Amino acid sequence: MTDMAVETTGKATMAGDARTRKRHAAERRFRLMGQLAVAIGVLALLGLLASILSNGLSSFRQTYITLEIYLDPGVLDKQGTRDPADIAKITTFGYAPLIKGSLVKVMQDRGVGGEADADMAVALISKEAPAILRNYVLADPSQIGETVEFNLLASGRIDGYYKGRVSMASAELDRNTSPEQLRFADELKEAGILVTRFNWDFFTAPDASDTRPEAAGLGVAILGSAYMMLIVLVLSLPIGVAASIYLEEFAPRNRFTDLIEVNIANLAAVPSIVFGILGLAVFINIVGLPQSAPVVGGLVLTLMTLPTIIIATRAALKAVPPSIRDAALGVGASRMQSVFHHVLPLAMPGILTGTIIGLAQALGETAPLLLIGMVAFVRDYPAAPPEGFFDPASALPVQVYNWTQRGDPAFVERASGAIIVLLVFLLVMNLVAVILRRRFERRW
Amino acid sequence: MNVLTEAATEKALVKKMNEINYKMVGQDVSVYYGDKRALFDVNLGVRDNTVTALIGPSGCGKSTFLRCLNRMNDTIQSAKVTGRITLDGQDIHDPSIDVVELRARVGMVFQKPNPFPKSIYENVAYGPRIHGLARSKPDMDQIVESSLQKAGLWNEVKDRLNEAGTGLSGGQQQRLCIARAVAVSPEVILMDEPCSALDPIATARVEELIHELRANYSIVIVTHSMQQAARVSQRTAMFHLGHLVEEDDTDKMFTNPNDQRTQDYIMGRFG
Amino acid sequence: MSVGSIVLVLLVLAVIGYFLGRGRSLSAAKRDHVKLHSLPGYYGQTVALFVAVPAFLLLIVWLFIQPVLIESRVNEMLPDSVIPEGGARSLVMADVRQIAGGLDAVLNRTGLTEEALDDGRLDVSNVRARLAEVGVALGSDVPTEVYEAAKTYRRSADTGDLLMAIAVIGTALGLGVWALMRISPKMRARNVSENFVLALLIGSSTIAILTTAGIVASLVFETVNFFKMYPASEFFFSTVWNPQFRGGSELGIWPLLWGTLYISLVALLVAVPIGLMIAIYLADYASQSLRSLAKPAIEILAGIPTIVYGLFALITVGPFLRDWIAQPLGLGNSSSSVLTAGLVMGVMIIPFVSSLSDDIINAVPQAMRDGSYAMGATQSETIKRVILPAALPGIVGAILLAASRAIGETMIVVLGAGAAARLDLNPFEAMTTVTVKIVSQLTGDTEFASPETLVAFALGLTLFVITLGLNVLALYVVRRYREQYE
Repeated sequence: MTDMAVETTGKATMAGDARTRKRHAAERRFRLMGQLAVAIGVLALLGLLASILSNGLSSFRQTYITLEIYLDPGVLDKQGTRDPADIAKITTFGYAPLIKGSLVKVMQDRGVGGEADADMAVALISKEAPAILRNYVLADPSQIGETVEFNLLASGRIDGYYKGRVSMASAELDRNTSPEQLRFADELKEAGILVTRFNWDFFTAPDASDTRPEAAGLGVAILGSAYMMLIVLVLSLPIGVAASIYLEEFAPRNRFTDLIEVNIANLAAVPSIVFGILGLAVFINIVGLPQSAPVVGGLVLTLMTLPTIIIATRAALKAVPPSIRDAALGVGASRMQSVFHHVLPLAMPGILTGTIIGLAQALGETAPLLLIGMVAFVRDYPAAPPEGFFDPASALPVQVYNWTQRGDPAFVERASGAIIVLLVFLLVMNLVAVILRRRFERRW
Repeated sequence: MNVLTEAATEKALVKKMNEINYKMVGQDVSVYYGDKRALFDVNLGVRDNTVTALIGPSGCGKSTFLRCLNRMNDTIQSAKVTGRITLDGQDIHDPSIDVVELRARVGMVFQKPNPFPKSIYENVAYGPRIHGLARSKPDMDQIVESSLQKAGLWNEVKDRLNEAGTGLSGGQQQRLCIARAVAVSPEVILMDEPCSALDPIATARVEELIHELRANYSIVIVTHSMQQAARVSQRTAMFHLGHLVEEDDTDKMFTNPNDQRTQDYIMGRFG
Repeated sequence: MSVGSIVLVLLVLAVIGYFLGRGRSLSAAKRDHVKLHSLPGYYGQTVALFVAVPAFLLLIVWLFIQPVLIESRVNEMLPDSVIPEGGARSLVMADVRQIAGGLDAVLNRTGLTEEALDDGRLDVSNVRARLAEVGVALGSDVPTEVYEAAKTYRRSADTGDLLMAIAVIGTALGLGVWALMRISPKMRARNVSENFVLALLIGSSTIAILTTAGIVASLVFETVNFFKMYPASEFFFSTVWNPQFRGGSELGIWPLLWGTLYISLVALLVAVPIGLMIAIYLADYASQSLRSLAKPAIEILAGIPTIVYGLFALITVGPFLRDWIAQPLGLGNSSSSVLTAGLVMGVMIIPFVSSLSDDIINAVPQAMRDGSYAMGATQSETIKRVILPAALPGIVGAILLAASRAIGETMIVVLGAGAAARLDLNPFEAMTTVTVKIVSQLTGDTEFASPETLVAFALGLTLFVITLGLNVLALYVVRRYREQYE
């Protein structure tokens, strides 16, 4: 630094010499590096979002085949009693011919393909379709004998063809489809039998097996995540706020409080997977709570979210000026009253903001849930709370992980689609937090 | 001084103290903040229906003493108070005394106006509500109105009781705080430099108010301004470096103080 | 009575208690609440707290202890003879639980009564078939001892649940009545209820300690079990990781640690320079408008769940690195690799480094900058020679925290790094980490009491100790740094 000082005092004029120019060049290089770093950061974000969107957006559209199907009583209810127990005896194999029959009829009506194409046509339809048909009939046996219009899922390969995932060239090598089948699908599309529409089932349907990516949905996962968030909210908000009030307003400075402080600071930085081990060892192995249940996930996520909420709440409490506490004490309020009547309500926006951000973190957390059995393949919706808290369920981020582990490339699209759903939830939560902060933040 | 006369003086002092109606008496009050001692064996009485001014240079312990009187020092963790302080002869540190009730009887107004961020009505009603002083809604309205009247604020705010107390001007805010203190019917009101954040007009208004309140309350006021002490108080106590230098009638203090330090301070030689 | 309904009953009782307490205090004061020591609500609150809180705590403790007691009792009933050769007691216990649960289902479904269990309509000979009817499939026939154990398990659980309901509700009622009896106008109800609330506040804040204790206890307990089956020296010093499901596994931690550290190193090499430059640029150079756009954008990176980064690594970054760099250069042909996971993880911790550095750079007093500018230093000279050296300890702390975050990260490496335990230097090779192996050893249908499963706890403990050490060190460094400028 001294030579710099000599440099400046030695100059008679303000004009730059070679050395100054060099210094300015260094300055420009440094600035460029900074701009580069910011650009990399922003590009990484854009790249990440672009990759997820380009892979996942297509999962919100799905190819369907619209058919009018005659629910033949002669097949579905031979006794004619309409007794659900009898109808239930007909397995999905019993329904498959109905679909085929209807498809062939439509093809004849519209003049598409010939008799020989019937088997190929049936292969266009998802293997899930008979099950959907059967569920429909079981739910309402009185429909037997009627002709009902169904939108049946096209198989994953056909769906992929219209989303650019499957091409004629790849179909050549694929034993699940063939170029002929794709060309035939094109004919059906022109005839208006095969249509691509918005995919509501993606949000409501449960997961589906490895071979039926077209039927896989997020219903159970969304429900499971919602249950867990409910548990996290109900437990971590009161406990977190209570702990913060004690530490910020009442706790004397002593070893015990120091111990708590150190614990909170460290828990905030403990790897999430370790919380999963805790959940497995304590909640499942010792307490004996069921695996894959939202209650266990909720408890684990509560413990993880607590430090976040405590840190945010304490900051919010600290921001309330001491003069408010003094004012309340001055008119004879107890410390408890001054906190609960004045300080806490004033800190509430900050606390809620922190809570929402904590919940958003918990919603995206995956690793601990893998260890407590949320990876299990669950097709049944959990019951309504509180019993439903103990039923097996999945969770949004775990569903993503699950789908990445499947062989069919169609699941990559599903996983990316699920991520988009997850990100939309997070975006909404964070927006709410920002709005809360903007709307209610008070500057003292 | 021999032992006999000392005892006699003591006796005379006690007799004199018995004659005067002391509302609060501090005996040998010392305050420590951690290892630091902030107040040294202060003996000072607060008389009934009198304004007592505490004066002295910054950091002399006058606010510290004031905060002893309603045990606001309890809220500072490192603070330790020794000595005996009585309110109507009852030790305020007695375990049977609930600090909350003490503060209801000894109200406080702070240096900076600190209304709650609630409506004007709620600001005043808060104290009576937590102490259960009102039997009904009209009762409460009555308390709020009379408190605001006592604080000389009623006419200015009677049409906007539901507006936020923080929206008032500084002087009005401070009078609102006084109304809030008055609303719980305290016996003593402590004021910690109540005018230091106010402009001269608002200050004059508050001083006038102190004058009126004197009829019903004992008031202890900490002030930086000698003029203010002279204007509003009947008794003045001078603090210096944690010691009580002297305490006397205000007129006497400002014309003929006993102690050189008081003289110097009043003359503005230090401050 | 289910736990849910007990909680509901407690809540209802607490509400009733509140109104009774309030009413009793008012009538004691002859309807004039000014005579009461405290507001009437506090009398109600006191009663409600006494009704709900102790009973609720009892419920929680009971829920923890009852299963442990029943398991140990049932465990005694199982002679060693029913434990299959080479199998584990825990598996038989799982059967017991499954049968007990199944019996409930059978009784529910068929409308049989409890007597059916004793009068032979449902016994060891037909239980397998009966359970199969309700969807509980058993692998083999049930030995008598196991069936009896299951019946005992079921009965104990039923009795326990009943006792629990009685005890909990009894406690609530008893304390409630006691609290009601104590009410008088002189009672300091506010003080009582406030002390109660204070105790609750203290209790809540100890949850942090309990969580840490739970983590340490569960890790240490199972790790000790693991070291009883597998030598600790092998675990800590072996360089081979090769779990076998028929025993004879080699479970050396070194390949996993190496992968973890290598990937974290790559991540830090990405994140530290970029994060630091972003912090410097946004703090000292960027215009207001750029800052208001770029700062939230960088912070969004911090709010994105790690599974998203994992998927990004899996479907975009991995294939890109393989197709454009690794394969053309002949360095490997795996899409999951150290570089894939490291790069993506680096992006994830950029905002972590940048926001921490931002705080730390801002903590350097303005006077220092002014001093440097006054001598004619350029902005970058000031930053490089004055601010960064002054902020160095704080930045080191930030880097340590980032390192701890990288080491403990799971989803990115699960999806991006691969599963092959390997000691190698080539960053285009798939390697694996401690966290990946914790996930893979603890998921799937493995027998819990085997070294192959329990090793996950030893790995977890190692991970916990490393990250804890880094965190404590970082917090210490940062605190020292802050104190310097306060």
